[in-house]
Amino acid sequence: MSQEALHQPGVAKPGIGQAAAASGSFIRKHLREYGILLALIVIMAFFQIVTNGILLKPINLTNLILQNSYVIIMALGMLLVIVSGHIDLSVGSVLGFVGALAAVMIVQWDMNYILAGVICLAVGAVIGAIQGYWIAYWKIPSFIVTLAGMLVFKGLSLWVLAGQSVGPFPRGFQLIASGFLPDVFGIKGFNLLSMLLGVAVVAVVLFFGMRSRFRNRASGHDDEPAIFFFGRNFILAAAIVYITWALSTFRGFPNVLVVMALLIAVYSFITTRTTIGRRIYAVGGNEKATRLSGINTERLVFLTFANMGMLAALAGLVFAARLNTATPKAGLGFELDVIAAVFIGGASMAGGVGTIVGAVIGAFIMGVMNNGMSILGIGIDYQQVIKGLVLLVAVIFDVYNKNRA
Amino acid sequence: MATILEMQGITKTFPGVVALDNVSLRVEEGEIHALVGENGAGKSTLMKVLSGVYPHGSYDGVIEFRGEECRFSGIADSEKRGIIIIHQELALVPLLSIAENIFLGNERASGGVIDWHETFARTRELLAKVGLRESPQTRVTDLGLGKQQLVEIAKALSKEVKLLILDEPTSSLNETDSEALLQLLLEFKAAGISSILISHKLNEISKVADTITVLRDGSAVSTLDADGGKVSEADIIRDMVGRSLNDRYPPRAPKIGGTIFEVKNWTAHHPQHSDRKVVDDVSFHARAGEVVGIAGLMGAGRTELAMSVFGRSYGVDISGEVWMHGKPVDVSTVHRAIAAGICYATEDRKSYGLVLDDTIRRNIPLAHLSGISNGIVIDENRELAVARDYRERIRIKCSSTAQEVVNLSGGNQQKVVLAKWLFAGPEVLILDEPTRGIDVGAKYEIYSIIAELAASGKAIVVISSEMPELLGVTDRLYVMNEGRFVGEMPTAEASQEKIMSLIIRSGHRN
Ligand SMILES: Nc1ncnc2c1ncn2[C@@H]1O[C@H](COP(=O)(O)OP(=O)(O)OP(=O)(O)O)[C@@H](O)[C@H]1O
Ligand SMILES: [Mg+2]
Repeated sequence: MSQEALHQPGVAKPGIGQAAAASGSFIRKHLREYGILLALIVIMAFFQIVTNGILLKPINLTNLILQNSYVIIMALGMLLVIVSGHIDLSVGSVLGFVGALAAVMIVQWDMNYILAGVICLAVGAVIGAIQGYWIAYWKIPSFIVTLAGMLVFKGLSLWVLAGQSVGPFPRGFQLIASGFLPDVFGIKGFNLLSMLLGVAVVAVVLFFGMRSRFRNRASGHDDEPAIFFFGRNFILAAAIVYITWALSTFRGFPNVLVVMALLIAVYSFITTRTTIGRRIYAVGGNEKATRLSGINTERLVFLTFANMGMLAALAGLVFAARLNTATPKAGLGFELDVIAAVFIGGASMAGGVGTIVGAVIGAFIMGVMNNGMSILGIGIDYQQVIKGLVLLVAVIFDVYNKNRA
Repeated sequence: MATILEMQGITKTFPGVVALDNVSLRVEEGEIHALVGENGAGKSTLMKVLSGVYPHGSYDGVIEFRGEECRFSGIADSEKRGIIIIHQELALVPLLSIAENIFLGNERASGGVIDWHETFARTRELLAKVGLRESPQTRVTDLGLGKQQLVEIAKALSKEVKLLILDEPTSSLNETDSEALLQLLLEFKAAGISSILISHKLNEISKVADTITVLRDGSAVSTLDADGGKVSEADIIRDMVGRSLNDRYPPRAPKIGGTIFEVKNWTAHHPQHSDRKVVDDVSFHARAGEVVGIAGLMGAGRTELAMSVFGRSYGVDISGEVWMHGKPVDVSTVHRAIAAGICYATEDRKSYGLVLDDTIRRNIPLAHLSGISNGIVIDENRELAVARDYRERIRIKCSSTAQEVVNLSGGNQQKVVLAKWLFAGPEVLILDEPTRGIDVGAKYEIYSIIAELAASGKAIVVISSEMPELLGVTDRLYVMNEGRFVGEMPTAEASQEKIMSLIIRSGHRN
């Protein structure tokens, strides 16, 4: 930063207090990202206290992760959809429909559950692709296409299930959602494999963090001040280690957590480091300019929706496995939680802005609030009101921030 | 003469940038006050402070208008006092009609019901005043940039204006329209309306301005008394860039090779009125090392020609062939056109050129992501190196390459567009109004880049409404009018009169 700034006239001159000024302007620029992380910490601390420490108990942590896994999985896809300047209202219904389909295939037709799972994922992708086709190539507003999809698939899951709940699933299928990493070391009451995995993740995260910081410094990228870098990584590492330890003393990592973590890593990489990610942001930022840069904007939007459909299907499988039955009501209103998580995470309605990490944190904020308020026995009525207000405040904060800059 | 406006000690900073540093400006009643300076000198920022876009409290300094201190909290406040600004980036609602746009927020209405009769009548009057022959009901989106500019001016006139601020009003107008606009300013002056004129067209400035204030790097470096053309362009340039600039165009020794790029019998129709030919059976070519110009008036169909060739980005029912190196190539999508070596830098940077909310660093490689990646994964260090390289080479003025493009001055945004297409490494580069809104010094740099590209064997096609520019940088010229090519000549034999007479004669034929 300073190197680049120096040979520019008219740029604030470095001097005493430069470090303070630098971190000041850094905070201003990244207020949103740190703000939301801070908000999550504050909310967790709050519920930790008012629930007398129940929130972070190993059993509740496990629950929290299982409860929110499908929202997080869908938020990954929704982030891409929203960044590309669109919206998908159908994900809740698609989740329900795919769960119903899985139940019918596995329970009623006795199909092998792995085969059924693969078919379900493919069906989800096709559903997304069909919606994406109208949106991308026919320029029909995504709001309308997916609103239609929401109604259609809600209806179809009722039809597939003939209005009944279908279950239970075979043991193997249930393990998707209720299984844990095997305890290969056989220590009683402690899942060492999970602990080792958690520590390995911390090591990898720190290693890549340091490496990219080192490289950025070498090339003079504007980089975050040391205190933020170390502070952020310390919090992250401490959080992972704590969660890992807590989970290991209970039953270890849920299988879903492993799947989720992998997906988060992959989508994070795609959005920040790859050309396709870059293009999706560009499409959302200015579609016409992106097209005139030789980028096939239609295909990108199409793929974004296909991907969303597939993730909704995955979430559908997880959800069905967790409930151990498919009901016609499954997925009702989930799209709103997912969309809210993405916006709380800092994405912009106009497109072109948002991060995977933000969306995941947004989902956790919603999840912790749901969980915490349920522990406290707060009624569903108040819960809705509070969640709505949190969404509003987050977005107001965004807009306020943008106007002030 | 009384002083109408006095701005004192204005300082305005953005994170990391001091855009204005203790600037004072004084405008007398009934004068045309010109504000000049390089791209990013702070001209637009100063005017935004004056008009309340940046409200009182977000800057330091004092503004006195007609003897009273002003603390505007928004643009509505300054408009109430009679300060009307027309921004560099036009601000019209595309899907509304001309009349609706002109009276937006100021509707001719009684009790909330719009009086369309009066609205249209007033609009017609205003349009006549600015010399725009269009129906008041035409949607703004169906107008070219030049005409939109006139609508903006008509809109300003619809309010009670005491001080009119025009931020580069003529940058997208052709010479006749610019002339008419300047004439308009002189009329306003006679009627006692003061105006502040920002422009990079120094000939206009020295023609009409009474006083010239020169900004450089956020400070007012001089105020020149220009009454009646007393100040020469050279004087202004010297103050603007801090040194004198002897030549406006870099010297060139063209080495012209074989034909690279050919367009044959190209025809394109209007997307909405598909029976209307916007480009009518046009053929042209460009050779290695050659700079070819396309002259014509606003609306001649030059942009439409270029965009329809560039991946059918404009028009319907397109026919014709494009050849590269003696072989027909597929240009049916932008991607294929780029792959064939053809690039097009747009005249409308805001809607077609840039992802405004994104950084300089990420805008530059957008048309050539493979240049900073292994095809899948982006190498951020390479990206940074590329951005820095172009920042140096074409002197993009910014606090860092991580600055968002939307916060750059207009001229610097234009440079980012150029950088993007230079990085795409084309064999044929079509430049549509490449120096629109660019200061004299930077123009020279852009001409040098054109010359360099040509010297390295590329073919360059320049579309420009500024004839001196075309005469200065091209080797050969085509003249386009109403969708057809009406003349071709080596630039050495061309003159403005010759081009104009070709256009006029072709116009008479039908
Ligand atoms: N919102 C903003 N945030 C950060 N920097 C800004 C912002 N607006 C303007 N700047 C910076 O302030 C400086 C002055 O910009 P300004 O638009 O006033 O230039 P200008 O003289 O009008 O140039 P041009 O002739 O190119 O239009 C530039 O360096 C620009 O990058
Ligand atoms: Mg400007």
